[in-house]
Amino acid sequence: MLNNSFRFTPHITLEFKIEEKDFFIASESASRIKKTLQQLGIKQDIIKRTAIIIYEAAMNVAIHAIHGALKVYVDPEVISVVTEDVGPGIENVELAMKEGYSTAPQEIREMGFGAGMGLPNIKQCSDELVIDTKIGEGTTLKAKIYLNKNHE
Amino acid sequence: MLLKDVALALDAEILCCEELLDREVKTCFACDMVSEMLLHVQSNTLLITSLTNAHVLHAALVMDALAVVFVGGKRPDNTVIKNAEHSGLPLMTTKKHIFECCGLLYKEGLRGYEH
Repeated sequence: MLNNSFRFTPHITLEFKIEEKDFFIASESASRIKKTLQQLGIKQDIIKRTAIIIYEAAMNVAIHAIHGALKVYVDPEVISVVTEDVGPGIENVELAMKEGYSTAPQEIREMGFGAGMGLPNIKQCSDELVIDTKIGEGTTLKAKIYLNKNHE
Repeated sequence: MLLKDVALALDAEILCCEELLDREVKTCFACDMVSEMLLHVQSNTLLITSLTNAHVLHAALVMDALAVVFVGGKRPDNTVIKNAEHSGLPLMTTKKHIFECCGLLYKEGLRGYEH
């Protein structure tokens, strides 16, 4: 089924490298992908949700990992946001999904980050979320946003 | 409520984009957490915060905030102000603290975004 919101959406892949403590990559990548999605005429609500997922996921990599990458795939039916990192992994994913639970250091919190809202925000904004993590190796996060599905 | 009325109500000093103060504020959100800004700031939202770092400015820009008010007399450094000026995001600072600011603007009829 097609509707007006993505009638011109081609297949697009956008990729960003994320270095440790490169906190600006979150806003930079979210802002650039937002512009691309706006040019494609994608609905405002979907752009906002995608931007939040990108921002939070990239910020998680910058805060916790050694390095990683953010990839965004835009297809006619779905936007996929994927982060892959080399880092400590998430010890307890269930706990990390709880609002307010954070392992971010104090200096990060003073900047306004690390409030324990990152993963809950990502979950709230995505239609599907898969987190694959190995302690001492790293984490892969895959979030999907469907272009023609009503989000709760 | 226009941005210039906000500045008046909060006795705020304009830091940049003085020419854009005729913009109308539809909603307001006050917080010091970037994650909350992302969720609750929309276009036409006035953001009130005590965080002045560059990340807050970037988050406000990503979410198309209408303007940012820094409370408690805080002011960002000149690079942040220049970036905001360049991006057309009005910034102001007030000596009043966050509770007082929210109370004054609420009294003027401004409300938060209803989800």
